[in-house]
Amino acid sequence: MRLADVDTSDFATIRQETIRSGFGKGLLAAGRESDRVVALCADLTESTQMHLFRDAFPDRFIQVGVAEQNLVTVAAGLAHAGFIPFTTSYAAFSPGRNWEQIKTTAALNDQPVKIVGAHTGINVGPDGATHQMLEDIALMRVLPNMVVVAPADSIEAEKATRKIAVNDAPSYLRLARDKTPVFTRPDTPFEIGKALHLQRGNDVTIVATGTMTYEALAAARILSERGINADVLHLATIKPLDEDAILASAALTRRVVTVEEAQIAGGLGGAVAEVLSEHLPTIMMRIGIRDRFGESGGPRELLDHFGLTAPHIARSVSAWLEALPSSGDTQRG
Amino acid sequence: MAVSMIAEPRALPRRRDNDELTEIATRIRVRIVDMLEAAGSGHSAGPLGMADILTALYFSILRHDPTDPEWDERDVFFLSNGHTVPVLYAALAESGYFPVDELSSLRRLGSRLQGHPERKALPGLESTSGPLGSGLSQAAGYAYAMRYLTRQPHRFVYTVMGDGEINEGNVWEAAMFASKYRLGQLIAFIDRNNIQIDGTTDEVMPLGDLVAKWQSFGWHVLEIDGNDPGAVVKAAALGRAVSGQPTMILANTVPGKGVDFMEYDHRWHGMPPNADQAEAARRILSRSRGER
Ligand SMILES: [Mg+2]
Repeated sequence: MRLADVDTSDFATIRQETIRSGFGKGLLAAGRESDRVVALCADLTESTQMHLFRDAFPDRFIQVGVAEQNLVTVAAGLAHAGFIPFTTSYAAFSPGRNWEQIKTTAALNDQPVKIVGAHTGINVGPDGATHQMLEDIALMRVLPNMVVVAPADSIEAEKATRKIAVNDAPSYLRLARDKTPVFTRPDTPFEIGKALHLQRGNDVTIVATGTMTYEALAAARILSERGINADVLHLATIKPLDEDAILASAALTRRVVTVEEAQIAGGLGGAVAEVLSEHLPTIMMRIGIRDRFGESGGPRELLDHFGLTAPHIARSVSAWLEALPSSGDTQRG
Repeated sequence: MAVSMIAEPRALPRRRDNDELTEIATRIRVRIVDMLEAAGSGHSAGPLGMADILTALYFSILRHDPTDPEWDERDVFFLSNGHTVPVLYAALAESGYFPVDELSSLRRLGSRLQGHPERKALPGLESTSGPLGSGLSQAAGYAYAMRYLTRQPHRFVYTVMGDGEINEGNVWEAAMFASKYRLGQLIAFIDRNNIQIDGTTDEVMPLGDLVAKWQSFGWHVLEIDGNDPGAVVKAAALGRAVSGQPTMILANTVPGKGVDFMEYDHRWHGMPPNADQAEAARRILSRSRGER
């Protein structure tokens, strides 16, 4: 796999923008590309960045009020009538509240309803645990037919939105509230179901998704200064999972770390562990939220607190590697 | 989006008098008894009680074409209380969507007739349902598309819910939505049979004055004898005549209708007849046929 060319500038200097703003631009573009794209919102139009679409295509924007069950089921009806409905709310409410409706009327019913969950992860910040959606990856990736995508920055979010508009499948798009580094480029490849190879290394594999990919990449740079060379994969698509990319890297390094701003149980960590334990049992460390709820605080402050910024990730990885038995003992035949 | 022309009349249902509809409804009831007996599980009371509504829909009200289930000028029916699907399967088979023989495969491994309806499994199904409360929203979404997006004022969307089903909050979210967007092409039925799994609707969760409730949500509300197919046909026509407002038809039905030992008994909600009971039910139904 060719390495993707991305911006590895320092956090302090790199341009930052919200992932949700990339969605807003992508939806506007998708609306221009197809008049079958319609947008539904549950009373959070601006914070989910749906206002760009609403202002450009008022006739294709539907306000459903604070009613997330109705949000996705009305969308299922629109999909049956031949449209491509994008639904937005905070992920804590959609898919948090309306999971059964998503399962039955979108996934099992196999309608191309798009569930866009804004404000995932702890970077939601001061609003605290009720509004910090950490369980969405686990909830959505267990649904047959469902596609699950967690873009790493605003540019990728724009591409992902345009791709799921035409994938003819029920799909979940995971967004975030806080500004994050824009490190991919307009010409960086994006394909649903394909991992991005960001850095080559033999010592450890780091697999990251969503907001954590930039942090993982920055952590890999810190590690390389200490002589640890990480193989870094970005998995924007969590379902379908790019198993080949994971297995190829794991075969090389024999040590795999996952990084996500979500519950590691059932999340990216769970997904990678399932693949590896079936095909290539490999020792792993899962970095993310470990069976607890979030809390109030500043976005960066919380990421630090939960060990999800680059210096913390680098420290965790090197400590973990040091504590492992020497490579000769862990190597399998 | 192209504005469609007036539909060709190929699938306009032919006029049927009440006797003919009642005859079809009785045939559908016999099929329901046969199916449930063969399956050995499933719901009896609801499907039997709803047979007249479904007969009126598929044999008089809906513009549809069994030879072209996805005909893009068809009226659309969403069954919301998916557990009553045997009555829908029987109506679809009688209409010619699939062979009547296939009804006996209900609930069997590999059957297209799943225990609850799955859209992609069988021609004629418009949605997947079972978990209660989501049909009205889907029908509203479809009606929204026809009113504002495809601009097809000549098409209508119908849905049937159970009365226990409207305990679900999702229903009332849809009630507000359909009213806000003045979805006059949406015509909904509540199968008002006063029972649900744990007992009567009054015991489980009293529904109060449903006419006043739906009117206060901005709906055009009708109340009818839901076991009179002619009344169902007339109510649907009234609903179609009211534009800019969705119609709710409160259809009072007898649970288990047509099989006297099942009527009004909530224990038959989720139970199939055994061989003896099925034979007795068929005898009763054929007698009612002769009486007319
Ligand atoms: Mg009932």
